[in-house]
Amino acid sequence: MSSRLKKALRGLAFAALALAAVPSVFSAAAEEAKQQYFPLATFRVGAYASSGIPVWAGEIDYFRYINEVEGGINGVKLFWDECETEWEVEKGVECYERVKAGKDGSPVPIFLPHGDPISKALTEKTVADKIPQITIAYGRTESIDGRVFPYSFPVLFSFWSEASSVINHIAEIEGGKEKLKGLKIATVYHDSPYGKETQVPLDFLAKTYGFENIQIPVPHPGNEQSAQWAKIRQLKPDYVFLRGWGVMTPVAIKTAAKTGFPVDHIIGGIWSGSEEDVRPAGAVGKGYKAVTPFPAGADFEILKKLKANIVDKGLSDLKDPKSFGSVYYNSGVIEAIISVEAIRKAQSKFGNRPVTGEEAQWGLENLKLDEARLKEIGADGLVQPLELSIKDHEGGGAGKILQWDGEKWNIVSNGWVRSDRELLLPLIYERAAAYAKEKGITPRPDVSN
Amino acid sequence: MTALAAPAPTQTVEHPDVLRRWRAGPLAIAGLVAAFYALGFVVHDYWFNAILIPFLIMALAGLGLNLLTGYAGQASLGTGAFMSVGAFATYNVLLRLPDLPLPVSLVIGGLFGALAGVIFGLPSLRIKGFYLTASTLAAQFFLPWLFNQYGWFSNYTTSGSISAPKLVFLGADLSTPLGRYLLTLTSVVILTWLAWNLVTSQVGRNWMAIRDMDTAAAVAGIPIAFNKLASFAISSFIIAIAGALWAFAYLGTVDARSFDLDRSFTVLFIIIIGGMGSIAGAFIGSAFVILVPILISNVSANLFAGAIDAGQSENLQKILFGALIVYFLIKEPNGLYALLLRARRRLALWPLKS
Repeated sequence: MSSRLKKALRGLAFAALALAAVPSVFSAAAEEAKQQYFPLATFRVGAYASSGIPVWAGEIDYFRYINEVEGGINGVKLFWDECETEWEVEKGVECYERVKAGKDGSPVPIFLPHGDPISKALTEKTVADKIPQITIAYGRTESIDGRVFPYSFPVLFSFWSEASSVINHIAEIEGGKEKLKGLKIATVYHDSPYGKETQVPLDFLAKTYGFENIQIPVPHPGNEQSAQWAKIRQLKPDYVFLRGWGVMTPVAIKTAAKTGFPVDHIIGGIWSGSEEDVRPAGAVGKGYKAVTPFPAGADFEILKKLKANIVDKGLSDLKDPKSFGSVYYNSGVIEAIISVEAIRKAQSKFGNRPVTGEEAQWGLENLKLDEARLKEIGADGLVQPLELSIKDHEGGGAGKILQWDGEKWNIVSNGWVRSDRELLLPLIYERAAAYAKEKGITPRPDVSN
Repeated sequence: MTALAAPAPTQTVEHPDVLRRWRAGPLAIAGLVAAFYALGFVVHDYWFNAILIPFLIMALAGLGLNLLTGYAGQASLGTGAFMSVGAFATYNVLLRLPDLPLPVSLVIGGLFGALAGVIFGLPSLRIKGFYLTASTLAAQFFLPWLFNQYGWFSNYTTSGSISAPKLVFLGADLSTPLGRYLLTLTSVVILTWLAWNLVTSQVGRNWMAIRDMDTAAAVAGIPIAFNKLASFAISSFIIAIAGALWAFAYLGTVDARSFDLDRSFTVLFIIIIGGMGSIAGAFIGSAFVILVPILISNVSANLFAGAIDAGQSENLQKILFGALIVYFLIKEPNGLYALLLRARRRLALWPLKS
């Protein structure tokens, strides 16, 4: 009988645990909150954890800096908790649903989905809940059009801008856009929706500038690429634009070296441009280039401040000090800066208190980070000048070119390499309009309020 | 995996027993269904979008695979692919034939899934067990490639993803969380009812005969080829509808990646953990596989937030979930459903020692 009693007790314990787990649905809006809640969707386990961990460190370190050194955003401190997504869409949606009601009376101003499929699944949910999602360098390209996608913000650098910046960088090397005529530019891409995303803009730019556009797919995961590089050897392109993902990038660099293609004529995309992408390639990676909206380096003013106030005081979330100033760490800092500035902008209109998603949307659509403001933050050179509007949720559209010297990345472009956004935006608006038609969405009028 | 190669004979022994018991309780089942409908009017967004809808859809996919693997004995790892057929076919029907009512579009999506099932089920006429599993992998690689390769399937969006046009039925907008829940629940109830009638009919008995020994079944006059293909068709029909619901009622926007091999494995684990060859097993398995990790994650978020390093906590949760699976499969290799039946038998005799 006693064992049965034990079982009953065990059952009770489980039930109690389950009850404790039910998210506190009714606690919201209890009192006027003093602090701003900022949920973080993270992936610390799963296939991509190693690239994610420095990103959260950059974000959390910047939030801590805002809290500790600046005393919050106009006195409103940030607090956050993490929800594990494993980069998987179902887990990401669950996290979003779990946090979207806010916490301790504070609403959610901005959600960072940190995962392309997650951001796509949230496209409509965020509209219903009025919570803006920021997707830097991923997500739907056409969500640049805020008239159709009011709560999606692919800020800074879309894949289309990425492709165009690479072409413009090649033009700079060759000595002008008219020199692009007759060049052969091959794109080696991860054969997935992500990899195919640059086909349309490259096709368009090839017609405009008269270069030959060669597209070579690499099936997932891309750990064997002899066939692709044999083809490159045969076609002899002048440059290779490498749009890899995960293991595909180092294998591409190694195979290129083996087939004798000059590594410094390969320009990687955003997700082929981190330390983690090129280090496994070993010595042959020296000279490899990549375009990025997240310049690496630890001598930006804000990174020095983070080092002095957070890292050296042992407050950093970073486990591996080597990653300080890496591409991924800096991407976290950049994402945090944009989020904080959007909240600050929203406060300027709605008052110095925790802001709601709807207010943060206004903040984002009226966000303007010019050189002067970036200097104040200490992020000049790290974050590109940015101006968002209803019609333009991207704002920047420029990247820097990094080159690997065998040890670390160095910035080799002269400032930011701009993309031909004025050429590409009409095409993007066309696609957004087609989406609106398919979904029966009436686009918002383009008037600032 | 041993259960895959040779289904345990105890299941067949248990079956008539199970059937009788559940027949005795149609009221209980009606009550359960009514409770699920009633639930729709009391719970919160979080429960719809994060818990109930994915649970029901994965249970439906598990049900589809259970017909094929648990009842007809044909192992398959193509579940994710058949789900993607349902999603992409339904999307194209909704897009290109907008005048059709939503349920008809779903059924057409399911029929395309059935067609794909029959095509990739053809090898089952010659091979069995692990070999068949390997050949269904072909579907898993071919179909998502097809949808990714040809822009027509996704209406030439740059991202290759598909997004549901407005979900409307009889003038009611089903895009709200409640609407999507009711759509899912109704589909699940209807399909489960159909599956239930199927497995208790002549067809179901034929399938079980083939599962237990196909030579004996052939000698008894059961048309093997027809039944194997029929099981592939019906199973894929249900799985395809689950895929369409996954795309449109749950996530809203998906691309071919959402239906990768991992999805197939998840569905396979649902029926192994829940119980092969039982309708309820798919639901119990789905509850376990989908809900327990969420429960663990919520518990640790509420109890240990800040106390344990975030990365460590995530890894500990994985270990705990894995340990639970091992524990339950040791306790009852035939799945949680068998465990439940045993508990029921004991409870029936409760005050007396069993």
